[in-house]
This record gives sequence, C-alpha cells and structure tokens, in this order.
Amino acid sequence: MSDQRAQLVLETEPAESAEIRAERLARVWTEPSGFLGWFRAVHHTTIGKRYIVTAFIFFLAAGLLAGAMRLQLAFPEAHIMGPDLYNQIFTMHGSVMMFLFAVPMMFEGLSVYLVPLMVGTRNIAFPRLNAYSYYLYVFGGVTLFAFFFVNSGPDRGWFAYVPLSGPDYAPGKRADIWAQLITFTEVSALAVAVEIVVTAFKLRAPGMSLNRIPIFVWGQVVTAFMVIFAMPGVVIASTMLLLDRTASTQFYNPAVGGDVLLYQHLFWWFGHPEVYIIFLPGTAIVSTIVATFSRRHVFGYLALVLSLIATGFIAFGLWVHHMFATGIPQMSESFFTAASMMIAIPAGTQIFCWIATVATGKIVLKSPMLWVLGFFFVFIIGGMTGIFVASVPVDLQVHDTYFVVAHFHYVLIGGAVFPLFGALAYWFPKITGRMLSETLGVWSFWLFAIGFNITFFPMHILGLRGMPRRVYTYPAGAGWTVLNQIESCGYILLFLGVLLFLLNVWHSLQRGAVAPANPWGAGGLEWATSSPPVPYNFLDLPTVNGREALWDAAPDQPVVVGLHEDTREILTTRLLDAEPEGRDEFPAPSIWPFVAAVVTTILFIGSIFRPVAVSIGAIPLAIALIGWFWPTRRESARRRERDVWQKET
Amino acid sequence: MIAFLSDVPGFSGPQTPLEPAGPQALQIEHTLLLIFWITAVVTVIVFAVLTIGVLRRRVGGAGLPPPLPVDPKTERRTTWIVGGAIGVTVVLLFVMMISSFIASHRTAALAASSTMTINVYGHEWWWEIEYPNEAEPYRIVRTANEIHVPAGTVIDIHGTSRDVIHSFWAPNIHGKKDLLPGYWNDLTLEVDKPGTWRGQCAEFCGLQHAHMAFQIVAQSRDDFDKWFSSQLNPAPDPQTPQTIHGREVFLTHPCVMCHTIRGTTASSTVGPDLTHIASRTTIAAGTLVNNTGNLTGWIANAQSIKPGCRMPPNPMPASDLNDLVAYLETLR
Repeated sequence: MSDQRAQLVLETEPAESAEIRAERLARVWTEPSGFLGWFRAVHHTTIGKRYIVTAFIFFLAAGLLAGAMRLQLAFPEAHIMGPDLYNQIFTMHGSVMMFLFAVPMMFEGLSVYLVPLMVGTRNIAFPRLNAYSYYLYVFGGVTLFAFFFVNSGPDRGWFAYVPLSGPDYAPGKRADIWAQLITFTEVSALAVAVEIVVTAFKLRAPGMSLNRIPIFVWGQVVTAFMVIFAMPGVVIASTMLLLDRTASTQFYNPAVGGDVLLYQHLFWWFGHPEVYIIFLPGTAIVSTIVATFSRRHVFGYLALVLSLIATGFIAFGLWVHHMFATGIPQMSESFFTAASMMIAIPAGTQIFCWIATVATGKIVLKSPMLWVLGFFFVFIIGGMTGIFVASVPVDLQVHDTYFVVAHFHYVLIGGAVFPLFGALAYWFPKITGRMLSETLGVWSFWLFAIGFNITFFPMHILGLRGMPRRVYTYPAGAGWTVLNQIESCGYILLFLGVLLFLLNVWHSLQRGAVAPANPWGAGGLEWATSSPPVPYNFLDLPTVNGREALWDAAPDQPVVVGLHEDTREILTTRLLDAEPEGRDEFPAPSIWPFVAAVVTTILFIGSIFRPVAVSIGAIPLAIALIGWFWPTRRESARRRERDVWQKET
Repeated sequence: MIAFLSDVPGFSGPQTPLEPAGPQALQIEHTLLLIFWITAVVTVIVFAVLTIGVLRRRVGGAGLPPPLPVDPKTERRTTWIVGGAIGVTVVLLFVMMISSFIASHRTAALAASSTMTINVYGHEWWWEIEYPNEAEPYRIVRTANEIHVPAGTVIDIHGTSRDVIHSFWAPNIHGKKDLLPGYWNDLTLEVDKPGTWRGQCAEFCGLQHAHMAFQIVAQSRDDFDKWFSSQLNPAPDPQTPQTIHGREVFLTHPCVMCHTIRGTTASSTVGPDLTHIASRTTIAAGTLVNNTGNLTGWIANAQSIKPGCRMPPNPMPASDLNDLVAYLETLR
C-alpha cells in the first residue's frame, strides 16, 4: 500500500462512536422533506415502496375490471354492458395486469426495494434514472386510465393484433393510447433492468462471489437481462403500429406488401419471455421463503441458478407457440413444440429442488409459507396445462379458448400473485417496521386460494366444451352457463380475500406489533439492518461468508471500512469474486428526473396526435437532461481524488 | 395406440373437441387424453410428496427453530432422488412430444387425399363460403355461414380474410386455422357421418367476435349433390302479389347496396349472398334461428341484436317489411 493510499484509508477509518457516524450518514442520505422533496427523492427504498404501492393499486383496479367481466358473463346473452365497453374492459384488464401490475410489481418494485439491501450496499445504481423510471411508469398508467374514463380506452386486446388495431379497422385514438402505454412501461422497465444488472454485478458486499448471490437476486438479474432482450421486440412492434396509424407508413398493410404476421412475431418475441419476466421473480421469492421457513439452505443452489438462466435462454425460443394456428410450416412448428416442452425441464428442476428443501427441512407454517405452498399447488396445475398448449395438435384445439384463459391464470396468478402475497407478508415487517396479523393473513390466504380455484378451474372445462375467449357474451343453449356462474361466484371469494389482505395491512400500519430487525430468523442481508431500513441501509457495510449471509456469518465477520461517510460514497466490487475494487459516489436527490419524466410524458402523448411532437418535445427534454447531469465543482474534485486512489492498484 | 373412449362424458355437444366427428379431431383427442393422463398422474404424485413432506417435517410452536446445518449425506441422497425425478420428467416429455409429432403428421398427411376444395373468407362478422369450380367457373356456389360437405370425403378448406384476422374453428372436426389478410391457409377436414356441427371464430376480431359462428352440415353424397345443384340455381321469380311486392321492396331499398340475389339486379358483395337464404337454418352468422320473426326483427333493426355489425337499421312500413320477408322466404 502506497503512502498516499494508506493516508486515505486512515482518514476514513471510523474513529467516532456509532452514534456520531449514524447521525452523519443520516444527514447525508436522508431523503429531502417537504412537498418538493417528495419529487426529488432518489433512494431505492423510497422509490421501491412507491413502485409496490402504485403497482398494487393498478392490480386492484384491473381486478375490479375483471369483476365487471365476470358480471357480464354470469348470464348468457346478457345486456349488462355492450360489446364496445366489454372489449375496452378486457383489454384494460389484460394490459393493466401485464404492463402496469405484473412487471412493475414483480420486477421493478421488488427488485428496486430489495436487491440493494440483499447485496449490502447503500443505494441502487443510477438512482436518478430509477426515480425517472418510476414517474414515467405512473404517468403512463394514469394516462391510460384517463383515456379509459373518457370512453377512449384501448379495445383491441392486450396484444392489439394488426390489422384489427391498424388505421383501417381501429378509428379514434384507442389503439394509439395502447401503443404509447407500451412505450411508457418499456422505457421504465428497461431503465430498472440496467440498474439491477449493475447493482447486482458491481455493488455487492465483499465476499458475495457469484456463487453466493442470493437466489432472489439471481432471479432478478436473469429477469433484467430478459427485459433488456425482450422489450425491444414490442417497442418496435408498437412503434411501427403507431407509425402506420399516425404517419401513414404501411408496415402491416398486406394490400401494399406489408405483413400482418410480422407484428405477431415481434409481439410474441417479447410476449412469451414476458411471461417468464413475471414468473422468474416469483420463483426467486419462492426460493427465498422456502429456505427461511424450512430452516435450511435451499436445496440445489447451483441447479436453481442454472434453471433460472436456462429458463431465460429457452424463453426466447418459444414465441411461435402462440402462433400455431397461423399456418407456420409444420417443420418449424415441431421445433417450437420441442422448445416449449424443453422449458418444462428447468421448471421441473426448480419444483423438485423446492420440494426437496421442504422434505429435508423443518417447516414453520407462517402465512408467507402458506402462500408459497399455495403457489406449488396452483402453479403445478398451470405448468401441466402448459404441456397441452405446447403440443401443436392439442393447441390447435385449445388455443384462444377458455382453456388457455385457465392455463395462464394458473401460471400467472400461481407463479406471480401467490408468491407476491407471500413476499408482501414476508417483507412487510422489513418495509414498514410493523408485523402483519397472522390470523387475518391465514384467512385471506384461504379465501384467495379457494376463490381462485372456483373462479379459474371451471375455465379448463369451458374451454374443452368449446367456449372461445374474448367473447362478450355466449348463447344460452351452449351449455356454458352454469360453469360461468360458478366462476362469477368464485370471484366474490377472491375479492374478499384481497379485501381482507388490505384490511390486514391497514390494521397493522395503525397498531401492528413493532417488527424486530429479523422477525423470521432469515439468512438474507436485508435482515441485517433495522426494520424499516435506515436511510443509508447499513451503518457498517457488511461482508459475506456464505449463501445465507446471516446464517453463515463468522462470529467475527468483518465489516467494510475506508469509505467517506460525509458524501454518498459506496463500494464497488469485482464481478466474479466480489473483491473490493473501488469507491464511487452516488448522485444526490434532484428534481430533474421528475421534470424529465413530465417532459417525456408530454412528448409521448403529443406524438399520438401530431408526430412532430417528438421533435418539438426533444428540446425541453434535452434541457431537462442537461440539468440532470450538471456537474458541481466539488463533486468533480472528489471524483479526481478517487481516480488517483483507484488507478494506483 | 390404446383405444380411448371417443366421447369423454360431460364434454359432448356440437362444438367440443372431445366429441370427435372426424379422423382429425379423433387423432388430436388421443394426444390430448394421453397428455391428460400423464400430467394428471404426475400432478397427483407431486402433490402427494409435497403434502407428506410438509406434514412430516412440520414443527409447531410460536418460535422459529435455528437453521439446520447442511448434512452432506442427506444432500447426496436427495440429489439422487431429485436427479431421478428430472430424468423421469425428461422421458415423459419425450413421450408427449413424440406423440404430438405423430398426431401432427397424421393430420397433415390427410391433405394428400383431398378431393374437394371449399374457399372460406372471413368477414367482420360472418363467413363467406365458396365452392370453386375451375373447369366450369359459372358453376360456383356461394353461400354464407353454412358449409355443406359430403360425409366421408376429404375436403380442403382454403381460407383467407377480407378484413381483419379471423380463425376458423369447428372443434368436433379439426383444430383451428387462422384466416389472415394477405395469406391463404389450408385446413383438411373429413366428417365421418351425416350431422350438423357448430364452429365459431376463435381470433378476436372486434365488436361482434362473439357472434361469428357457422355450421358444418355433413350430408350423404346424394343429399349433398341435391343441395349443391339447387344452390346452383338462380333465385326463382316470385309468384304471389305479396312476394312480387317483396322483391320490389328489396330492390328499391338499401338492401341492394350490400347483398346479392342471383337472378335479380342485386349483386353487391359486402354482405352475404341471399340467393338461397331460406335454405339456411340460421341468420346473422349463427346468432339467430332462421324463422319469420327473427328475420323480420333482423331486417328492421340488426343493431339491437348484433350492435356494431354492418347491417344498418331499415325503417319501413310494416306491410313492406312483411312482404319483403315473405319474398326472402321463397328463396330456398
């Protein structure tokens, strides 16, 4: 160690007492207060909480829309709503659930809040981008609902196939709103994907080598990579749709050489991985909760991680199984059947590893674990019906029927919503500092699980009795009435289950028991800090000695020293072995991400009406970005100092 | 392959994949049932193992026991079991995959013995059916929403769309095939015995996607030939004063803007060909039974029955309407 470097280390050696250091760190890291401060916040716990709450509100809204559909379908040839409203509602339900709830919740919300804590750092990488992504997401969602409330909600399905959504068959602005909603959510998901990859690869606690990264973080990293590769497909598809509609291009017009199937290929290139983008965070939650409540390390860590990665790759080879009926040559269809069946291998491997964990551990049946057990039962059924739709001949019968509706609700509610409720029950004490009521939690679980099966199981039968999906009504003599009525009754139980969960949350926020730092005796690093976490996450940045950091910690586990605590300084580590590599300084709170998001929103919405809005909007956007990245003299000086220190190694 | 029940109890009907009426649907049903039984058994076993595991390893009490130390012996044994389970999964997946390839191949192979072609055009929201005849182009039969086929004959459904994407699906006979603007797709059908089956559009196509059904009517060869030759005829001239007036109403109202009645000057192709409307059992793409009351209501205000469809309301005096319906009912 050179003299200069030793001097720097000495300077930053914590000489003061913990209280003084905590106070100083808090001064540096605490979020700005006041009305304007709300819009300047950049800490990942703040933004993560907002993501989770916002996505949950969208979940409730889309769930209510589902109730409207169940009401309409409870009676044959019902006139409760007309086809126009029904089509808007089912399109909103699908789009909101996929784009405004599932991805923002499972990926953005949970990973933004948890990943930095789990890898033991003070904030997420690119915190201002993180704030920007959140505002863009909210504005996109609010815009969608605003248009829906003035009877301009999209009505072409969450997939918006051309030419039905094209300029000739979809007059008005409905399809444009849908296309721009995609742009909003994609930009925000891509931003978070980049942050998560960098956070997980460069900001891990020393000792957390690749083979010790918590499986939850692995799951989110694989998801982030999938977002990066999948989203461009749908961005291109929806942008070309928008150009066809607003700028008179002819990408999808068969009359002049355009192609309607091109859209489907681009859309499902994204659309199939999308399912795994929603589901992989779910498996990551399951691995975490199963380990904690089986009181052992999860069985088959390597197999689980490899399964996640394998799923991430194979997911990109399946898209055509949404298009088996379009007349693709049989040879190519066989390839996609094989790929679709192949993805059952990593999925099965994960299930077997979890069951092995359960069967060799000591099971504590708290409510998070109940949700995970519910996940097993529901998701396994969904996985099995997945084999039906993977097989070309069988898919030709069940495709676009209620069988498929049943299948993907079992997979998505089973694979994402059950783990999500488990995750909320599990991490609620960490996020809020209060315990949820166990009694209410168990009740809401059973209501939800039973209601779910009553609502969705009969849909398998309906599909095999020939009921197509996306119909606003059905004939009285078709033999579908009773099953539809049973489903509509099941919805009431689902509704009550979610209501009870909300009551539980409200009650616990008012007068729940105060949560200790680690109420479940879990092994993850997020449990090493107080509940809720302090603004700087950890007083002493931790180091790691095993896969479950707290369970495997040595009695004298060292902590990180040598960081400046009077600025927002964090430690960067090497990708493979997480050895310390350097220090970096994170940006302070700023209003500019919010301003940039407002400008981007105006640009996106404007472009629906006048394409020139993109060019005009680029000017204020450039100004906002200049403000965002404007360097200060002192920051630059500190950066130069750190460079000297780092280049010497 | 093992002989399965051809009808699964509880799943019979004119629009279900589990009551096959032709070799294609039967072939698919075999694969479907094979996958069903394999996955059902696997599901039951996995559920049982999981339930037993949870019940046996459950610990009561309020507290959380300390985390268990990793025991290499248990881990090794468990690895073998999990590895075995993955192995069995792979084998079963192969069985299901191969069976699905065989079914695909067999359903496709039938196309080679096809002896008849029927063109199907999807419209928002009805089906145009055309029996082409290249040798004698004047002997083309054009109808709507009702496909007559001779039983036991292999037929090629040659389909495309006139507007947005639709999907042709008659589950008792075969799986679905999309009708795409700009593409022609083929679907090979064979119906075993005479009977009537229902089909429905399976690709979301807008407002009235729910009301876009059709019928497949399989007939003996003789019945089919009789039907076919009667369809070749132009519309008969009306005989009674009422029907003569009915035709006049038809030809002087907006009806002629969209419909064809061969033998008259009406020759538009926006809506279904009405030359033999009275021979069809349903109207409005399977929405209504074809009887006097329904037909009258449909002409008067189709928008109240099928909101959004192309058929406009046709306000006219009741006597005109009655005469018009009387005329249309002569078009057998």
